[in-house]
Amino acid sequence: MADALLTFTDRGIHCPRADVYIDPWRPVDRALITHGHADHARDGMGRYLATEAAAPVMRHRLGDIVLETVPYGKTVEIGGVAFSFHPAGHVPGSAQIRVAHRGEVWVVSGDYKVAPDGFSEPFEPVRCHAFITECTFGLPVFRWEDQARVAADLNAWWRRCAGEGRAAILGAYALGKAQRVLSMLDPAIGPILTHGAVENTNKVLRAQGLTLPDTIRVTPETRGADHPGALVVAPPAALGTPWARRFGPASSGFASGWMAMRGVRRRRGADRGFVLSDHADWAGLNAAIAETGAERIFVTHGYTAIFRRWLAEQGYDAAIVETAYEGESLDTDTEAGPDAESPA
Amino acid sequence: MPRARHDRPRPDTGAAMKRFAALFTALDQTTRTNAKVDALADYLREAPEEDRLWTIALLSGRRPKRIIATGRLREWAAERAGIPLWLFEESYPIVGDLAETIALILPEPTQGSDLSLTGWIGEIRALPALDEPARKAAILDAWDRLPARERFVFNKLLTGGFRMGVSQKLMTRALSRATGIDEPELAHRLMGDWSPDRTSFDRLVLAPDPAADLSRPYPFYLAYQLVGGPEALDAPPEAWAAERKWDGIRGQLVLRGGQHFLWSRGEELMTDRFPELATLTDFVPPGTVLDGEVVAWDGAAPLSFATLQKRIGRKTVPKKLLSEAPAILYAYDLLEWQGEDIRARPFDARRATLEALVAGLPEDAPLRLSPLVPFDDWDALAAARDESRDHAAEGLMLKRRDSPYRDGRRRGDWWKWKVDPLTIDAVMIYAQQGHGRRANLFTDFTFAVRDGDALVPFTKAYSGLTDAEFRRITAWVRKNTLQRFGPVRQVKPEHVFEIAFEGIQESPRHKSGVALRFPRMARWRHDKPVTEANTLDDLREMLNAYG
Repeated sequence: MADALLTFTDRGIHCPRADVYIDPWRPVDRALITHGHADHARDGMGRYLATEAAAPVMRHRLGDIVLETVPYGKTVEIGGVAFSFHPAGHVPGSAQIRVAHRGEVWVVSGDYKVAPDGFSEPFEPVRCHAFITECTFGLPVFRWEDQARVAADLNAWWRRCAGEGRAAILGAYALGKAQRVLSMLDPAIGPILTHGAVENTNKVLRAQGLTLPDTIRVTPETRGADHPGALVVAPPAALGTPWARRFGPASSGFASGWMAMRGVRRRRGADRGFVLSDHADWAGLNAAIAETGAERIFVTHGYTAIFRRWLAEQGYDAAIVETAYEGESLDTDTEAGPDAESPA
Repeated sequence: MPRARHDRPRPDTGAAMKRFAALFTALDQTTRTNAKVDALADYLREAPEEDRLWTIALLSGRRPKRIIATGRLREWAAERAGIPLWLFEESYPIVGDLAETIALILPEPTQGSDLSLTGWIGEIRALPALDEPARKAAILDAWDRLPARERFVFNKLLTGGFRMGVSQKLMTRALSRATGIDEPELAHRLMGDWSPDRTSFDRLVLAPDPAADLSRPYPFYLAYQLVGGPEALDAPPEAWAAERKWDGIRGQLVLRGGQHFLWSRGEELMTDRFPELATLTDFVPPGTVLDGEVVAWDGAAPLSFATLQKRIGRKTVPKKLLSEAPAILYAYDLLEWQGEDIRARPFDARRATLEALVAGLPEDAPLRLSPLVPFDDWDALAAARDESRDHAAEGLMLKRRDSPYRDGRRRGDWWKWKVDPLTIDAVMIYAQQGHGRRANLFTDFTFAVRDGDALVPFTKAYSGLTDAEFRRITAWVRKNTLQRFGPVRQVKPEHVFEIAFEGIQESPRHKSGVALRFPRMARWRHDKPVTEANTLDDLREMLNAYG
């Protein structure tokens, strides 16, 4: 693989010709970042390059970093290699990174979803020869419902809780998922409260022009009784903690792709599970891969062994690449997904 | 016909299946007891009568048996979904539930359906009579008519694994709320040998004829475990009677109209499995119902559970077993006498009548009186409890002398005070993922004892750890897998667990030569290295002492 445009190292995906890394998990001099989630944008890199839209969140999370930005679609030349960023539809600012050199094109997907969420820049297929793809939900049991239907379920649940005089506490990842569910809520039902971690990200995204409904930050002084009929958006880890107890006998919900599985939903102990993911479902993965026109597919994280075998049967030259990416976390304190396999 | 009398429009039966699936989802979506009871009570007020009856049947364990090989279902589902079978097989253990995997994997339905829950159960029960192509066509057609939630319920009924996360007790409470009939009365009405095919909601629940079912048992009264000692009880020693807690099969013997019926706690008829009890119709008058323990009897005392176990699971018993392990009913309560329900009388009074009844029986009648254990103070009782294993008993039962015979598991009047379990420290060597709520967690483990340098597997255990501990061990298993054998992973022999169990017996089928009763993980011994786990010799010693 000495001449390969991209190689896979124990620091991350490397472009030897340009000597840059994409989403590295160990400190390197120069890092190109697909999006601001912690498993893709890590601390300690010499320089960062990301989209303009991803920059505010990265600065918020990583502090004072050396960060260059580039608009979607614009080419940056490094060491004779052409790099460009294209919408991945995962969260606002997220990108696939296209790497081209003398007619050979590779694309690193980062994390992506193909269905528009009305919120993130919609996924844009990019033609390439080799496609490095996630497969967090790479099993045929995962099929996402239309977002409008999930929104209707979500609001119906909230309305019912409000009618019963109980708060509705919804667990959603602080960057991306939380804002996506906020954008799906019907603010006419009641007040919307947010956990500090969610509200901090809201602030960053509002400052860059995203429209979110009005929210009230939960502080140590916040009492549930002062906000009847409230819906509270919090990171999953906050549910069932003393923090959540201020809202009294609340109903709890989770918004995650993992909620498609009844066993996971029940183990998580949430009253309601809303199947909502910022990753592609089975059909989405397959469609995205087909649209790249690529013959070589590298699968990075998710159900890699199963998905690779499936792709191989479909005629792709498919291989597994071990990375440190986590996909969609359900618990921040334990394993990545409910079935994350350790790299074998 | 009721329909003519009420003169109401024909109900939308397709909506009835939707309503049942919505009930299933509502019950599934909450852990709050009240929310479950509310949802079920609403359903039992509003659903079509025959669906209500089937729902009660399903929630009291009367679900249709699995009538179709699941292998075929997997093939057909994969074929319909347009995926290779291996991909289905890989997905199934990750989802952890066959019915759910199929429901998730199939494409959206293209047709509708107007069948009710009862209608669908009828379709399912008609399947065995069809030849395979017709059966396949019927199932594919059903899958193409039902949206995801209904399809999942249908698959659950089809695969025979139907559970709704509502105990019979909660169902009875909901039914009581829906009908205004007392819970204990309802519990009794729902007992026994009924089926939705042969009764109606009206005849079963609303206006039953007491003479209609000679076999109908009473709800069993179930004891709570006494934690700590009897000192914490709210009455002094003289308020209590003590008996040994026998290690047999709880049974209720109903003698009515010259017939006899033996019921298990799970409301299964066991009459034919214990034919020796038939002679009791000659000695005990009709209109008698006894509660007791079916035990194997050596002429003077109960034999170990292992002896009785040979007869469990057999519909009929060969002569040889009848003589090797003759069964009796070791009676400890009398619920009906001379055709009268006497459950409301105090324990002492019921016991006195029972003693007089047994005293009048011939010596060799297969009905004995489980004796009271006399004691003056709690210390004496504790000493008697310590002798439990010598009597092949699991511990003691404490029953309040002035208490009625209640229904279901209720706190206060009956307590079981079991002996402490036996324990052994063992090494985890294999792990497997659980199912259902525990899918995607490693919860099923095989444990070994040391034998020189070797590790000899001797038991499996599935329970006893907290969810947090299961998550921790799951993460560990993923990183410490040595080898995979299908779903089973061999792991580094690194963790020691204290295994608790109720009994030990010889077993030529097991490599270690022993089989344990009710093994579970009592503690994760983080403090113990593998070199300090127990040995095969320790295990054999226990077999000699307690086997």
